[in-house]
Amino acid sequence: MVAHLLRLKLALLRNSVRRSPWQLVGLGIGALYALGLVGLAVAGLVFLRGADAGLAQTVVVLGGAAALLGWAIIPVAASAADLTLDPARFTTLAVPMPQLLTGLALGGLIGIPGIATSLVALATVATWSRSVPAAGGALVGAVLGVLSCVVLSKVVTTATAGLASSRRFKDVSSVAFLIPLVLLGPLLAGITEGIAGSGDFLAVLAGALSWTPVGAAWSLGGEMAAGGYGAAALKLVIALATLAGLALCWKVLLQRALVTPPYAGTSRKRASGLGLFGLFPATPTGAVTARSLIYWLRDPRYAGALVVVPLLPVLLLFQAGQTGSYGLLVFVGPLTAFLLAWSISSDVSYDNTAFALHLATGVRGVSDRLGRALACLLFALPVVLAFSVLPFLFSGDWDQLPGLLGLSLGILFSGMGLSSVVSARYTVAVPLPGDSPFKKPPGNVAQTMAVQFGGMGVLLLLVAPEIVLVVAQFITGSVVPGWINLGLGPVLGLALFVAGVRLGGKWLDARGPELLAQLVLNR
Amino acid sequence: MTIQPPDLSAPGNRPLPPVPALSLRGLAKRFGDKIAVNGISLDVPAGSFYGIVGPNGAGKTTTLSMATGLLRPDFGTAHVHGVDVWQHALEAKKMMGILPDGVRLFDRLTGEQLVSYAGLLRGMDKEVVASRVQELLSALDLGQDAGKLVVDYSAGMTKKIALASALIHAPRLLVLDEPFESVDPVSAANIRDILDRYVASGGTVIVSSHVMDLVQRMCDHVAVVAAGRLLAAGTVDEVRAGESLEDRFVQLVGGRSQTEGLEWLRTF
Repeated sequence: MVAHLLRLKLALLRNSVRRSPWQLVGLGIGALYALGLVGLAVAGLVFLRGADAGLAQTVVVLGGAAALLGWAIIPVAASAADLTLDPARFTTLAVPMPQLLTGLALGGLIGIPGIATSLVALATVATWSRSVPAAGGALVGAVLGVLSCVVLSKVVTTATAGLASSRRFKDVSSVAFLIPLVLLGPLLAGITEGIAGSGDFLAVLAGALSWTPVGAAWSLGGEMAAGGYGAAALKLVIALATLAGLALCWKVLLQRALVTPPYAGTSRKRASGLGLFGLFPATPTGAVTARSLIYWLRDPRYAGALVVVPLLPVLLLFQAGQTGSYGLLVFVGPLTAFLLAWSISSDVSYDNTAFALHLATGVRGVSDRLGRALACLLFALPVVLAFSVLPFLFSGDWDQLPGLLGLSLGILFSGMGLSSVVSARYTVAVPLPGDSPFKKPPGNVAQTMAVQFGGMGVLLLLVAPEIVLVVAQFITGSVVPGWINLGLGPVLGLALFVAGVRLGGKWLDARGPELLAQLVLNR
Repeated sequence: MTIQPPDLSAPGNRPLPPVPALSLRGLAKRFGDKIAVNGISLDVPAGSFYGIVGPNGAGKTTTLSMATGLLRPDFGTAHVHGVDVWQHALEAKKMMGILPDGVRLFDRLTGEQLVSYAGLLRGMDKEVVASRVQELLSALDLGQDAGKLVVDYSAGMTKKIALASALIHAPRLLVLDEPFESVDPVSAANIRDILDRYVASGGTVIVSSHVMDLVQRMCDHVAVVAAGRLLAAGTVDEVRAGESLEDRFVQLVGGRSQTEGLEWLRTF
């Protein structure tokens, strides 16, 4: 039965790849990336063989504890739990519980994260191949540690299944998960700085962790190498008890989950009015604007972009604080303008087949284009203005303000115009409605890349005059090109915006059904 | 005082044949090497309650998509009350209310917002939209859930809110693809009442379904589609020719497997 489950997992993996060669490419890229990281980690661990035993022990224990933490948190936080072998699908099959658990646990090892963790864990055997007992201890520790990772991840995902399947939690967690991801650089820098300041602390932390369920398994090799056989035996007991305890928890949770499917809970809400629809004029354009704005707020795929935008200046401010120069910070305005303007280039792809409503109601293409662009402009314009002006409070170099402000506005308006054309004609692969923004989207990856890079190239051409003027100011030091840019950027940008909305609208009127047909394929 | 009936035999005085609500001529669509619809011609008389039945994958949805302007046909034409759907799309779409099958909705809107959105997109007046939305929601038993996001609706509720979006502009022709799928019996009866009254006042309804009983009871006309072709069309009585619609359908479509074999199923 366990072998059956493993074969099922492999077959599912193979079939998912067979659906399209691009899936294979995606898996290949993921595997290469993982291979690179694993290679680095393995090399490091092998290298540690020659290092001081205390240092090796600290690194291995802390690394193992971090892996355990990762397996527990990431699947829930990123709502990316691997559900290819969802236990709920076995309810009707009467598989004996112990075999189901073993099969699912081993099945969890098949896949990029499982294989990567196993390889890195096995590399600790190399670290401790200083003597036979040490290597043996490391091997036992690695097996116990990896199994604990997998089972812990199962415990957490099973326990939070009810929570995680609720739409609200998914929406919030997938957006919240972005924040640490974007701030990864500053966070890592801060942590390494802290570590450099207190090297001893880590050794103490590792020592303490090695007596807890979190680190016991990973410390077996080091303990054996140090000759502490008694301590090693005790830690083995702790590690075994940890695994057994986790397995028991999982079994209990699973038994309960199998007979009580998650209940999402219903809150009946009476009509709460039209919300934003009441604020906008009752025209098709106004309706599209209101609908798009509601999506910017409620759909995590859009809201994710909104969360990243305020983090951009934080990121650049941090960089400025590190290097002491505000050179990059002043570009946060143009950068934000580009991000927000380009974000609506996949608007219709985000709609997915819900776009059929626009087609069925016969809304004119121009209204559709203008409504979407206005919704984005409503918040993008103030944000870009603020981000263009505020950095100069730090840098104080006010001479550059007119030129960069012109560039920002030029990029914003031209980009909106271009996006309006692009999304009227091309669909790109984006996460489906209701999916996590991190989920690998189905659909044509090649076309997505072509549209994204091609579109950015065209945008670069469209804003070339503004860029040239900014460069001219930098080179000559004269403020004249800057002031010209302040006039040229908005004027040229608005002209391109109007042209883009009109052309996009015309294309949409002519090719609406073809666009829907493409969306159906991406479904 | 009596009104003389017009002399039908007099030349030039003959009434024009009534314009059908929907008229399809030679519609065809190919996806890759699969021919989904292979030349369907059909007239749906105005004021009829028309059922389109067929096995899974018969091409019902493809045909209705091409008839309503959602999918461009490879060949053939579609006219709604005499207006070409593909030449004068806007004019034709004004007369149609469409419930497509298998497409998503803007489901991050509340039910009330979604139906209002459908009305506003058609350029309707805000007050008219607001009052019609309230009536539609209570008629479809959705008044309690008006403020809930459509993404949190059950399958049947989603069908009903999509139906409300198709009704909001009082169309002359309703094209409903599988309108009763996963709708509970009480709501289904309510929807049938709404549709019956709509037809009685001169509207035309086209529904696709594979529930034969429902079509036989509800519709006055029926068309049988299989493998992309039209096998039979006419009034329900004409098509079923004295048998039940279900038996007649199975005869027309074929494909009943002989219930031999499976002896082991009785060996428990």
